[in-house]
Amino acid sequence: MSRDVAIIGVGQTKFTRNYQGSLREMVFEAFAEALRDAGITAREIGASLICSAPEYDKQRSPAGLLAEYLGLNPQPTFVLESICSSSTTGVRVGYSLIKAGLHDVVAVIGFQKMSEISSAESQERMGRGADIMWEAPFGSMMPAYYAMHAQAHFARYGTTEEDLALIRVKASKYGALNERAVFRKELTVEQCLNSAVVSSPLKVYDCCANADGASCLILANADRAKAISAKPVWILGLGAASETMSLTGREALDGLRAARLAAREAYQMAGLTPGEIDVAEVHDCFTIAELMAYEDLGFAEPGKGVELIRNGQTSLGGRIPVNVDGGLLSKGHPIGATGGSQVRTIVLQLRGEAGPMQVPGAEIGLVHNIGGVGIYSNVIILGR
Amino acid sequence: MGFEKFGRKSYTAQTKVAEFVDRLAQGEICATRCRSCGRIYFPPRADCSFCLGDAMEWVKIPETGKLASFTRVYYAPAGFEADVPYTLALVNFGDVKVFGRLSSAVEESTIKIGMDLKPIVLEMPDGQITYEFIPVEECGR
Ligand SMILES: [Zn+2]
Repeated sequence: MSRDVAIIGVGQTKFTRNYQGSLREMVFEAFAEALRDAGITAREIGASLICSAPEYDKQRSPAGLLAEYLGLNPQPTFVLESICSSSTTGVRVGYSLIKAGLHDVVAVIGFQKMSEISSAESQERMGRGADIMWEAPFGSMMPAYYAMHAQAHFARYGTTEEDLALIRVKASKYGALNERAVFRKELTVEQCLNSAVVSSPLKVYDCCANADGASCLILANADRAKAISAKPVWILGLGAASETMSLTGREALDGLRAARLAAREAYQMAGLTPGEIDVAEVHDCFTIAELMAYEDLGFAEPGKGVELIRNGQTSLGGRIPVNVDGGLLSKGHPIGATGGSQVRTIVLQLRGEAGPMQVPGAEIGLVHNIGGVGIYSNVIILGR
Repeated sequence: MGFEKFGRKSYTAQTKVAEFVDRLAQGEICATRCRSCGRIYFPPRADCSFCLGDAMEWVKIPETGKLASFTRVYYAPAGFEADVPYTLALVNFGDVKVFGRLSSAVEESTIKIGMDLKPIVLEMPDGQITYEFIPVEECGR
C-alpha cells in the first residue's frame, strides 16, 4: 500500500441552481477554500489541472483564464476532460505528475456552470456525449441510456422501480443534512414513484439535479504533505478504464464493465478488498447507476445490490454507507466539479470532519466516478 | 446523397460509409465486413481496428433480432420535442447489435426484453431517412 501522494486541501462551493456570479468567481470560491484548508498559497502550487466538460462552457480554453484569476501564472495549466469524471481524471494525472517528480504540489480544479444553457440544450449536448453518427440522430440522451441499463437490470434480476425509489429516498435524507447540496428536501417512496416519467422506468426523482458548482483538491508528494498537513489523506489505489461509447459494442447493460475493471485495479493497487471499505461515494447520476455501482464495486454480488438498499446497509450505521452527502441525486451534479466533490466528501469523512454525515471511525474510503454512460471510469481508494 | 439525411437529425454530413444511406433508401440495412479478417461491424465503419484493413464490403444484417433493452422517452433533447413519446431500443442480431427506435405503435406494456423484432426503413416527410424496429408477427397471424 503506497503512501506517496496525499490530498492536503479540499474546497467546494455550495452546489446551486444558478450561481450568482461569473464562472471565474465561482471557481475562486472553491480554490480559496482548498488553499486555506491546506494552509498554502497559490505560489506553492506547481501546476493546475482544470477539469471541465467544455460543451457547457461559454469560455473557450478556461485553463488560461482561471490560472490568471486564481493567481496561478506562470505555472503550467491545462484542461482535462472525461465528461462527468473529469476531475477524478484530474486526480489521476495529478498523481502521475507528482509521482514522476515533475511537481511537488498540484491543484485539481473542477467546475461547471450548467445554468448558462437551458435544460433541453444541455440534454442535447449530453446526448452528443454519445455516438453522434449512429445514436444521437434517434434522439438519445443520458437519462435514456441509463434507463436502458435499468430495464436490462430489471429483466435479468427482478429489480423494481420501488428499489430505485429507495435509493433516491436515501439520497434526499442526506442531501437535507448537507449545507452544500442543491436539493435539501426529504422525499418519500410515494413521491419518487409518482414523479413524472422522463425515460421509462426513470422518473424525475431518479435523475440527479443539474447544478452550478466548483471543487478544488490540493495534491502533494509525501515530503510536502508531511511538512504542511496535520491530516493528510493518502491516495492508496487508483483504477481507470474505458468502454465503447456506442451501446452496440457492449456485452451487457446490467452493469458497467469499465467500473468493474477500474475497481479491480484500484483494489489491487491498494491491497484491499471491497469489505474493507468504510465509506463510499459512487456516481449516482441516476438511481440505477448507484445500484449498478454496488455490484460493480463488489459491495454485493451481481443482482444482489437491491438487498443492500432494502436492508439499509448503505445508509449511515449500515455495513457500507454510500453517498451519505446526498450524492449527485441530491447534492447536485455540476459535471466537471463532481469527482472533486466526491473526493472532498471522502477526505472530510477520513479526517472525521463530516459533521452530521460522519461515518464513525472511517479509515478507508472509495470514490467511483463515471463519465458519460460508463464510457470513462475512475475508482480511487483513500486512507488516512 | 450525404449522411446528413440519416435519422431525425444528423450531426454528420461526410463519412466514407455514406453509402449506408443509399442502401437504406433501397430498403437494406447493412453492416460492413472487413475483407481481410472477416469481422462484421455495426455501426458500419470504413476501417478495421482489428487488422487495420480498410477494404470493407456491405452485408445485410439478419432479418430478425432480439430486443436487448429499451426505454420509452417522454422528455426529448432539443430538436426531438415533436417526436415524444418515442421508444429507443438496442437489438441483438447475433454478430451485431443495432441501436434505433422501436415503432411508437408498440405499446410499452407489450414490450419484453428478448422479443423478436425486425427492422424496417422509414422515410420522413422532410426527406430524412431512418429505420425502426417492429415486432415480428407471430405464426398464424
Ligand atoms: Zn479486419
